[in-house]
Amino acid sequence: MIDLAEDMSGLAQDRAIVVCCGAGGVGKTTTSAAIALEGARRGRRACVVTIDPARRLADALGLESLTNRPGLVEGDWPGELWALMLDTKGTFDDLVARYAGGEDQARTILDNRLYRNLSDVLSGTQEYMAAEKLYELANEGRFDLIVVDTPPTRNALDFLEAPRRLTRFLDNRVFRMLVAPTRAYLRAMSVATQAFLRTISRVVGTEMMGDVVAFFRAFEGMEEGFRERANRVRALLSEPTTAFVVVASPRDDAVEEALFFVHKLQEAGIPIQALVVNRLHPHFGAEQGPPTEAVNGPLGDLVANLADLRSVAEEEELGFAELASRVAPSPVARVPLLTDDVHSLAGLDQVAAHLFGPDRRPATGGGPGLDGGPAGEPSPGGRPDLGDRPAPAPAG
Amino acid sequence: MDVAAFCRQSRVLIVAGKGGVGKTTVTAALARVAARHSLRTLVVELEAKSGLATAFGQPGGLDYQESVLEPAGAEASAGAEIRGRVLTPDDALLDYLAEHGLRRVSRRLMSSGAAEVVSTAVPGARDILVLGKVKQLERGGSADLIIVDAPAAGHAITFLTSATGLLDSARGGPVRSQAAEVVGMLGDPSRCQVVLVTLAEEMPVSEVVETAYKLEDRVGISLGPVVVNALYPCLAGLEADPMEAAAAAGVEVSAGQAESMRAAAAFRGRRQQLQADQLGRLAEALPLPQVHLPFVFSTAIGPAQSAILADAVVKGVRALPDPGPDGYGARLPGAAATDEAAVGAADH
Repeated sequence: MIDLAEDMSGLAQDRAIVVCCGAGGVGKTTTSAAIALEGARRGRRACVVTIDPARRLADALGLESLTNRPGLVEGDWPGELWALMLDTKGTFDDLVARYAGGEDQARTILDNRLYRNLSDVLSGTQEYMAAEKLYELANEGRFDLIVVDTPPTRNALDFLEAPRRLTRFLDNRVFRMLVAPTRAYLRAMSVATQAFLRTISRVVGTEMMGDVVAFFRAFEGMEEGFRERANRVRALLSEPTTAFVVVASPRDDAVEEALFFVHKLQEAGIPIQALVVNRLHPHFGAEQGPPTEAVNGPLGDLVANLADLRSVAEEEELGFAELASRVAPSPVARVPLLTDDVHSLAGLDQVAAHLFGPDRRPATGGGPGLDGGPAGEPSPGGRPDLGDRPAPAPAG
Repeated sequence: MDVAAFCRQSRVLIVAGKGGVGKTTVTAALARVAARHSLRTLVVELEAKSGLATAFGQPGGLDYQESVLEPAGAEASAGAEIRGRVLTPDDALLDYLAEHGLRRVSRRLMSSGAAEVVSTAVPGARDILVLGKVKQLERGGSADLIIVDAPAAGHAITFLTSATGLLDSARGGPVRSQAAEVVGMLGDPSRCQVVLVTLAEEMPVSEVVETAYKLEDRVGISLGPVVVNALYPCLAGLEADPMEAAAAAGVEVSAGQAESMRAAAAFRGRRQQLQADQLGRLAEALPLPQVHLPFVFSTAIGPAQSAILADAVVKGVRALPDPGPDGYGARLPGAAATDEAAVGAADH
């Protein structure tokens, strides 16, 4: 039995799957990539599934030329680092091809106008395809660690619920009746339902209704396969070797969204293994500057700057104290606002240093652990500093 | 340009940008500026987030029913009222059905999931419903200015292109006429324009440039200035040595204090350099004038911070060049014409 160390290093060292949840713009992609990189540094075969990486980060990971399959990131580490950028539509197409009765059925579905809209419009499709891709990769068994950067969403559970939502969509009773060719079904369809369908036709036009009917016909017999698959995806996400990480930034609205994520995950009985707070303002020493009143000129600016940065750093620390206490005793990793945008492996290494500790080694028994203590007890050592410390020497 | 004229250019402002850049913050600041110039302002949230209410010092979030965010006269003696509401596709659909004599079946449409199936079948249906409702509000005239806090940038493009797409694919029916009316609103600069928001950071800048060109190409919507949010205000004295600066001011500081000041100044200096690089990159890639908003050194945008940002909007707008009849967007290279003056204006 593997020991799932309850600290950040356990994520990279022992987990099979790490799912990063959080709102848009909080640094989720970077965090995911840094965890996977750390896995590779620890000798594991790691793969990061990203949704929408920044261009230069994508370039650094060699994602430019990648399709929906993992590509190997070249680097000097004992393990392997793979990366892929999720192609929602392509993943869905693969899924259809897998469960279609034959090439003809697959083709009919792929050409249907409703299907072509489906992956853009049906809420949660992107989440579902991320989960699907995860399942596919996990099943292949080529990786020890898969890190998934989930799509930014209002509801953390979309990732878990999406498979079910799609099967429910395909199961829609009204439309199943509509496509059923037998008279028994027609009799079963109440007068109200028929009137109701005529009404819909009137609003959207018969042409659109034709597409809808064709779509449900095309999926005939495939729902069971989808449902089974969805259940297996869900089971995989409930495995004890799967970890959920909540990523936040210290702005009030982002903290509020993270609290909502945490609440939803906990309500569903999913433990949160770590909280990552990105974009924190660094602390600059404990001593107060001289009084600001009556100071003009350069000294006034220097003092004002220190005071501004200090006050925002303190506010940030207070701001996520509740969030930290909600996930306790899971570790809280603090990543400061870096002095440069992360767009290279060296930059990712810098982030990893903040997540896993600056003097971490590709240890066998878990690293020196977390950057910062849990639950609103920020030890000075755990606070972010300037963020320009040198990246640790590559391992191996 | 004149601030009142800026507020009266279009009846609908759509505020769009990447997640986390502060769209809601900018929406609130723009609303304050408009209210100060006596425009009855309605803020429309497309997601029920609480940020907007917070900016006006109100607990909780907005509702589908309009509520007063700021009473008349609060911002300026002649100031008008600011109201706010949420607008979701489901609510808009219920309204739409009720207005088309289908109130009786509307609940059933929703609960059976038929509405979801149909709105998936019709490309962009959900977006059209929301934009159709915005258009109805605009036509209703209960507000002089409607500010829409749009979905995150990638979605904003889908959101705003939905009507054009639907016009191409639907040959008839009420849905088509709805789309045609929305396209009419989006294409008319006196009725609607987009204000793009970004941070002076790599990814948000790349995304805002991409969004601007896509909107110009695919929607032909008028583009207002780009709002660059959360910029560290410039402090001239940061390069000074703390010890020397203290000596010059006749103030005594300890070595520890000096070190903290030096480190803090170095941090801000580097962030400011990064920020300046990105502003330059933005100006080069996107010849739209910029309005700069300061970072307010707070994690929350309450009424005080929101008012500071509104002041900054006023200052930024005053420095803007007068837009052409189609806004600034027609100046994008590859659009109607390339205007060297606009490129220069963006460099300020």
